[in-house]
Amino acid sequence: MEQFFTQLTNGLAVGGIYALIALGYTMVYGILKLINFAHGDLFTIGAYLGLTLLASLALTDTVGAVAGLLVLAVMVMGLVGVIGILLDRAAYKPLRTSPRLSAVVSALGASIVFSNTIMLVYGPSPRVYPQGLLPTHVLDVFGLSIPVMRLVILTTSLVLMVGLYIFIQKTRTGTAIRAAAIDQDAARLMGINVDRVIMLVFFIGPALGGAAGLMVGLHYGQINFTMGWLYGLKAFTAAILGGIGNIPGAMVGGLLLGVIESMGAAYISNAWKDAIAFFVLILILIVRPTGLLGERVAEKI
Amino acid sequence: MMLDVHNLHVRYGNVRALHGIDLQVERGEIVAILGANGAGKTTTLNAISGLVRPASGKIVFNGQSIHRLPAHRVVGLKIAQSPEGRRIFGTLTVQENLDLGAFTTNDPGQVKKNLEWIFSLFPRLAERRRQLAGTLSGGEQQMLAIGRALMADPVLLLLDEPSLGLAPVLVRQIFKTIREINEAGVTVVLVEQNARVALRLAHRGYVMELGKIVMSDSAASLLENPDVVRAYLGGAGM
Repeated sequence: MEQFFTQLTNGLAVGGIYALIALGYTMVYGILKLINFAHGDLFTIGAYLGLTLLASLALTDTVGAVAGLLVLAVMVMGLVGVIGILLDRAAYKPLRTSPRLSAVVSALGASIVFSNTIMLVYGPSPRVYPQGLLPTHVLDVFGLSIPVMRLVILTTSLVLMVGLYIFIQKTRTGTAIRAAAIDQDAARLMGINVDRVIMLVFFIGPALGGAAGLMVGLHYGQINFTMGWLYGLKAFTAAILGGIGNIPGAMVGGLLLGVIESMGAAYISNAWKDAIAFFVLILILIVRPTGLLGERVAEKI
Repeated sequence: MMLDVHNLHVRYGNVRALHGIDLQVERGEIVAILGANGAGKTTTLNAISGLVRPASGKIVFNGQSIHRLPAHRVVGLKIAQSPEGRRIFGTLTVQENLDLGAFTTNDPGQVKKNLEWIFSLFPRLAERRRQLAGTLSGGEQQMLAIGRALMADPVLLLLDEPSLGLAPVLVRQIFKTIREINEAGVTVVLVEQNARVALRLAHRGYVMELGKIVMSDSAASLLENPDVVRAYLGGAGM
């Protein structure tokens, strides 16, 4: 039982990271029907930018650990968001009226450009986040030992997800994003600037992905330039699991995939962890291709 | 003159959709555009709304050239369109659809006034405001599409096939409401396949064929024109 709860919290923490990345896939898909294959690399860029800023600004020394990390997270999200907009401008916008396959090929190309650029800038060997900045103590909750960092990660991802959900559901701009995802021309007739909406989506998605990259760096300590590949694929699985194009679906899918994976690692075999995740993908594609929350009157984004 | 479309040409790739359309609308009018499928009626409305960019020609609205404006800016000039096939946002609520109609309006008092007016025109929408728009019946969806366009507080309302797929009793009801909207001071351009109903409502009419305007006259004269009767009103009698 104790192992079960330990795995559950672990799975939810990892799942929160998957969910944040999955949101980027699903939002872009929702509005452009495009799988942004470079999204995993934006996540990696978030991890590396976090490392650079952490080392060069020494924020945690001057304003304290919590405030320092908060400022760091905002900076990383902003920067990765801007890179997301530039990615759209360079790789996708010129192909807006081309067949969809062209944009997919362009996405694969952008992914290669990103990962190679990271390698050239930071080198091919793994990099290590500075240690000792973060709380390392372990909380004792009803006899369970839970590392504080695990809770911080889970809380942060939940806060970001709830924030996004409220933004999408309750604000004027959020409603405009949903409308543009349903029918772009009808949205234009409402006076919505669809180009601006697409730009916003290419800011928010990568920003969340960048935050996830930063969290992985802080939590696991080690990052490398190919990490976006596996995390990206897992998050893509999570997006499909929840129903691609569906924002709550990406959240549920991410958390669920994290838990399935961590339970599988604990009770089946740790070596099979990744295989289990992709087995889930195959199973979903066979049994319910629309995903768990897909087709609920086909709510897109 | 409120709207002046002059020598308008539109191409979709190599396909020429409009070859030199001339069309005028005076303030307060209801103008019907009639014609068969593919005649270019919807393209004409979409060119006015800015959804398609003309290859050449001019569209002047209240003295301002609008044919280079993107669609989202045209709405700001108070030209609203209820598109063909309704195009409501099915997975959003009725209220959210109406709110989106007022996307360009920043005056909450005006929005509230428009909403009350729309609910008085279409009481069914008020009853169903919390419902997902996709669950409405065809007639209710048409009411929503018109209501959503009215939320932009338009001076010029473009209606594309408001009778499409509706039972005759609903068609009569929708057209009665269009007259009410016009009497409240909104100028209306109405694209219709149901020529008889449209001409009974409109002041003037244009007939389009293969991307050209082939006839324009008062609605009463068009109703009696033997060519129109034969081609669009299903022969004599009725």
